[in-house]
Amino acid sequence: MTYKKRLDGRAVDETRKISAKVGIIKNAQGSAVFQIGATTAIAAVYGPRELHPKFLQNPDTGVLRCNYNMMPFSGHGERVRPGQNRRAKEISMVTEQALAPALNLKNFPNAVVDVFIELPQTDAGTRCAGICAASMALADAGFEMKDLVVAIAVGRVDDHLVADLNYDEESYECDAGVADIPVAMLANSGEITLLQDDGDITAQQLKEALQLAKKVGKKIYEVQKQALKEKFTGEEK
Amino acid sequence: MSDGELLVKEKEIVVPGEELARGLGFLPSKGTYRNGESIRANRLGLVEIDGKVIKLVSLSGCYLPKAGDVIITQVFDITFSGWRLDTATAYPAMLGMKDATSDYINRGADLTSYFKLGDYLVVKIINVTSQNLIDVTLKGPGLRKLQGGRIFKVNPNKVPRIIGKQGSMVSMIKLATNCKIIVGQNGLIWIEGTPQEEKVAVDTILMIEREAHKSGLTDRVKAYLEKETGKVIENNPPVQR
Repeated sequence: MTYKKRLDGRAVDETRKISAKVGIIKNAQGSAVFQIGATTAIAAVYGPRELHPKFLQNPDTGVLRCNYNMMPFSGHGERVRPGQNRRAKEISMVTEQALAPALNLKNFPNAVVDVFIELPQTDAGTRCAGICAASMALADAGFEMKDLVVAIAVGRVDDHLVADLNYDEESYECDAGVADIPVAMLANSGEITLLQDDGDITAQQLKEALQLAKKVGKKIYEVQKQALKEKFTGEEK
Repeated sequence: MSDGELLVKEKEIVVPGEELARGLGFLPSKGTYRNGESIRANRLGLVEIDGKVIKLVSLSGCYLPKAGDVIITQVFDITFSGWRLDTATAYPAMLGMKDATSDYINRGADLTSYFKLGDYLVVKIINVTSQNLIDVTLKGPGLRKLQGGRIFKVNPNKVPRIIGKQGSMVSMIKLATNCKIIVGQNGLIWIEGTPQEEKVAVDTILMIEREAHKSGLTDRVKAYLEKETGKVIENNPPVQR
């Protein structure tokens, strides 16, 4: 039991400071930036446009294609090689799957909608920040969505269940270890669209962690909602 | 008598998934859906309430081709039997020889003598399939190849505001600036006039695009045009096509 208080003094269910803005890239169909603590994600949506190569096309519905990219000096350690690698590919895929249940692209058969997620600065929780930004950018682009998607990492550090782990917590060294669980869900229905786990956790603790994620998700939704509305009401001044 | 509870105001901006009304007293329309007891938004948009019906007016999003629309397109490919046109959407349009001209064209004739690659055409959509294949025609009033002038793009959701009721807004701009203007439903706009006049017209249209969701638009456009051109604009300009 070495971990008594959170390293940056937050309460266990408290997130880092969240801010969001929509419509930051003029040439994109929709765009958004989502910041949580020192993690910043920028998402830009382009399309729908023709999908090539042609065998990827789906005549039933449009295809969502996400691209997750960490910028070279965005993290704590060495320079990250930008572009595709195994980790980025996986995160791109889970991002697509996390957003797909909310999105309806039936009007765009054979076409593709591209979402580019760039991370200029990272301090853990990047896939969640990326999903939050992408969901706002897709709404801004005017696509049919039944709900917004919120995402947050919850987890266990030593024997404490905490929300929104930062890098220091994620790499905290203790006997019990750390479990890091990124969760994405539809904001209103609470339907879970992403659930991954890095580390050991008991079934009971996982249930509690998901409850915590739900609670924190509500706060994130309010920030997203505010940001989307501000794009239009803010100009009136 | 209605046994529902309305949770939003008219003209309020709502986000996907937001609850608009509760209970069975209201009906979901365009841009909304019913989920159990509640009506929720299906997209980002502006709420419009008409009695018991709730609908959303979209503020963003791409153009969806619809039969009967007049759009501005660019030739990007020439096939055996016609021209393929870029519609500024994810889908190309097909202009067949029969729909383009009433001339007799020999088999294998050079179609570039009619329209070359890069030419802009004002066309009307005659059919859209479920896979969004678009058939267009050049036969109809005002449909033609565009020569001279300039083309620019606006958000297709703002096109109805740029045209105005029965074309009132665009007529006002035409009269004030002496420009020829064609507004395509796909958001492409063609303008021809002197460079100074073109600039005023483009700036006016971009202003409408920026401020389309606010009230009192016509008055502001009128004031802007009067300031820029120095002309006095009468209140109900004759609608010209």
